[in-house]
This record gives sequence, C-alpha cells and structure tokens, in this order.
Amino acid sequence: MNVTFHSPVPKAALDNKSNMRGSKKKFTAEHEMDIDDDEHHHENKLEGGIIKDPTIHVVTPAEVITSDAAFMRGHGTYVEDEKVLSSLAGVVERVNKLISVRPLHTRYAGEIGDVVVGRITEVAQKRWKVDVNARQDAILMLSSVNLPGGVQRRKQESDELQMRNFFMEGDLVVAEVQAFFGDGAYSIHTRSLKYGKLRNGSFISVSPALVQRCKSHFHSLSCGVDVILGLNGYIWVSAHVPQSLDEIDTEQVYSNKNKEDITPSDRESIARVVNCIRALAQDYIFINDSIISFAYEASLQYALKDLHKRHVMHDIATEAVAAVDSIKA
Amino acid sequence: MSRVELLTPEGLRVDGRRPAELRKITSTTAVLSQADGSAYLEHGNTKVLAAVYGPREARHRTLVVHDRAIINVEFNIAPFSTGERRRRGKNDKRLLEMASFIKQSFEPVVITTLYPRSQVDIYLQVIQQDGGVLQACINAATMALIDAGVAMTDYVCACTAGWVEREAAIDLNHIEESSDTSEVTIAMLPKSGKVTLAQMESRLHVDKLEALFTLAGEGCKQIHQVLDRTIRNRAEELAQKLAV
Repeated sequence: MNVTFHSPVPKAALDNKSNMRGSKKKFTAEHEMDIDDDEHHHENKLEGGIIKDPTIHVVTPAEVITSDAAFMRGHGTYVEDEKVLSSLAGVVERVNKLISVRPLHTRYAGEIGDVVVGRITEVAQKRWKVDVNARQDAILMLSSVNLPGGVQRRKQESDELQMRNFFMEGDLVVAEVQAFFGDGAYSIHTRSLKYGKLRNGSFISVSPALVQRCKSHFHSLSCGVDVILGLNGYIWVSAHVPQSLDEIDTEQVYSNKNKEDITPSDRESIARVVNCIRALAQDYIFINDSIISFAYEASLQYALKDLHKRHVMHDIATEAVAAVDSIKA
Repeated sequence: MSRVELLTPEGLRVDGRRPAELRKITSTTAVLSQADGSAYLEHGNTKVLAAVYGPREARHRTLVVHDRAIINVEFNIAPFSTGERRRRGKNDKRLLEMASFIKQSFEPVVITTLYPRSQVDIYLQVIQQDGGVLQACINAATMALIDAGVAMTDYVCACTAGWVEREAAIDLNHIEESSDTSEVTIAMLPKSGKVTLAQMESRLHVDKLEALFTLAGEGCKQIHQVLDRTIRNRAEELAQKLAV
C-alpha cells in the first residue's frame, strides 16, 4: 500500500495563498470583513485621488480592530469590552494571533543589536546619558566603552574622573544597543573599533521609520564620503577615512580634532550628500546606501546652494527613486 | 436695547449660520519638521498651531515619575491674534489656566504608563482668535499627539455651545462670545461619549444646561469625523509611501 505524507501547511496559507508573506501577513480586505463585524468600510479612494492598496489596513485611535476574543493585543492596541482597539494611527499588522498597530511616524523603538547614532547629553556617575531619539535617553556605561590604546582592564576611579576626556556633553557617538533596562531605557556600548566618537563630518536627523535594518549600516560611497545610517534616524555623513580596522590609531579614538586634510571639495560632497538625504527624507523615501548614491548623482546637475529649494529636492528624490526602480526592473 | 442683534428673525446668526451649525474646519498634520507631531487647525477664523515633542527624556529630574510619562502643556497667544494688539506675559494667569485645562483633558486619555520616566510636551500657539480658542486648542493638540504616535485610548474632541438670545447655538464666534452669552466648552471622547472637560464661566439657568451639553456633544462628534478624516488620509498616504 502506498502511503504519502504531505508537508504541513498553515491554515491561513490554504485560505489565502496569494497574500501570504512568510508567517507575517497584513490584513487583506476580505480578511478584514470576516474578523470584523462592526467595522465601517471606507471607499477605496483617497481624497488626493490615490488608489488605496487593499492590503494596507489603516486604523485611527479608538477604532475597533477586531471583536474576536481569540486575538491577543500587541503594541499600539488596547482591550475594552473584549474588543481589540487601536491606540495609534497606523497600519495593522498580524503575526498569528497577535495583533499590533505600527505607527508610521514616531520615536525610535530599538532592538538589541541596532546600530544607533547619538549625542551625549549628560555625564553622570560611571555613565553617560545619550540622546538617541527614543522616549528616554540611552545609557552608555563606563564599563561598556573601550579605553584609549585598547588596554583591557577593569575601569578604576581614575577612569571615572576623566570621563569627560572620553566623551563630553554634545559629542556624537555611534554605538550598538546592548540591553534594555526595566523601564525601557536602552543600554548601549561602543566596545568595538567600529563604534565610538564621530568626527570629520555632518549630522542629519530623519524619521526613524525611514532607516531599515540591514546587514551593514556603515557605508563608503563612491563620491568619497562615509555614511553611518543609525537605525534611530540619526545619520552621520563624514569624510572618507582610508584605513582598515587594524590600522586605526587606538590612541586617537577619543580625539576631538578633525583630520587636517579635508579639502573644500570633500566638504562640498559631504554637504551634497547631507542635502540629498534631506531631500529623500522630505519625500518620505527609505534611505539606504544605493538610493543616496543615485540621489547624489541626480544632484550633480544643480549647484550646491540650490539643493535647499523645495522643488529641486523633490526632483532629486524622484530621479533617485526612478533610478532604483530601473535597476530593479 | 442697543445690543447687537445676534439672531435674525429668520433664526440665523451674525455670520449666517443656523444655531446648530459648525464653522468650517480646516486641518492639516505634520506641518513642522522639527517636532515629533504637529497640527494646524482652523475653526472659521480661529487659527491654532500645535506642536508635540516626545515622549522624551524628562527635562527636570524632579518632575520624573518612575511609572508613567508627564504631560506638559504650554499655551501662548500671539499678540497679533486679536483686533487690538496685546502682548501677554509668559506667566499670565489666564494662559496658565488654559494650559492646565488642556493638560487635564488629555491626562486620562493618553496612555502615559507606556512611557515611564518620560515627558510629553504640547506647545500651542494661537495665531488668530475669533471665539472658541479652547476648543480649537484641544482639537489641534489631539491631532498633533496622534501625529506624534503617542498612544491614546480615544480622540479628545472639544466643542462650545452657548445660549444666543433665545436659542442654544454651537461653536460661538467672537461677536457672540463677547456679548454676554453664557458659554460652555466640553471636551469629549467621541467613541465612548465620556466627558474629560466641562468649562463654563458665566451664569446659566440650570434648565438650559442640558440642552447645551447635548448640543456641544453633537458638535464634538461632528468635529471627530472631520479630524479623523484628516488623520486617516495622512496615515494612508504615509502607509502608501512606506509600502514600497
């Protein structure tokens, strides 16, 4: 007798195969109807004449997402009278039985391992407070930084007294999220030569939603500019430093001096890249290294001083998006 | 009587509205790039700009509450907002009172326990006033808070109603407000119908109060629809852009 075994398929996939995206799936219009009885339906057209994507389920505060008690409430929702309601304006996301609402414009919500750029706001007992665009300042412990010269030893009282020689108020740092405290504050660390004080460049802040998690957040662009895309929406654009990790002068990691040979043309490319990022952020476009390069190329036809004009910014962003799309196609 | 006629014999008000008619509401969110959330709102000729910063690290150590966020409201009226130019000091009692009204109406609605040791700042700037400043401020602040992604159990919608001559009227303008009308401002959660603020500064016969409350409540629900449309459109627009 012939016996065949089928590999297991989740029920949702059987019901709705075309809309599956791994185990994480957005609500579809039909699906919304069967979990929802008291939902008023909106027309599929926005006021601006944009056709609404049926896979996007937008909710506003106090809107009922589902009245089915089988669902669990996630971030951005609350439960009242056994109904799951939204507490934010955003997009509904579902992972199995867990429903959450993702706000589209909000402060940084971090995860362990994220690369962030931050600014030192306070020097305290054995720790620095760092502004990372989150709902509280992150904490950088004295024990989570490298000593100059790469010496490996316990931090002593003498180190505690010269904390301002490492990082001072107003300094910019790039760091990694190491852990969370009980109240939701982040503990960050700079125990790698990749991380540490930032010099030789310019800072720009965009919405954290625009920077996505990817393999590397340290990029060297072909125009001779380095970019650090902090997941918290803080971005650092600096002059290229041509050295490999083992050539870094470990004595100089806490230096406050810019390198001496930054030419006017280097400065101009830094400014250009910063303005390109600003143009992309203004149009709410995801920011990554390739789109920055395309925007940079698109910006070359304009004078640097024109990059602040709204229509020029918009043109650059549109051109960069078109260039990315043409590569994909 | 030398008073201005507030109601024509046909029952229309000075600006041609019917008693239960709101003024035109114009609203936009995300008008400021630096703020976490912002909104601009017009109720007829009353114009308000709201900016929300946070939840962020509390600025003063003494204010920190370990298990929830604090809400801080700063309310300001531009000197050019009225017919006659008038400068108000930062510590004007009237301004501080308004700020505390607004703070009180949001405290039960914002889910502050999600943001321990943080602070949410709401800055309100009145650009032009033509009656109903408090309602406009509360509505603008709601929009700005939602734009900033601050968790709230519901919208807070505010509306005024007053007794204009012999009829209950909604959303009073400056002329109606300044000619000795009894006026009540209500801030309501439109979904549950709960009231977070009821403010009245003049005398009114108790029999007439209920009519005003009902009318203002109706107004709040209408305002909610207008605000919700703006918020939803903005959210859908952003969702569209980020879906690519």
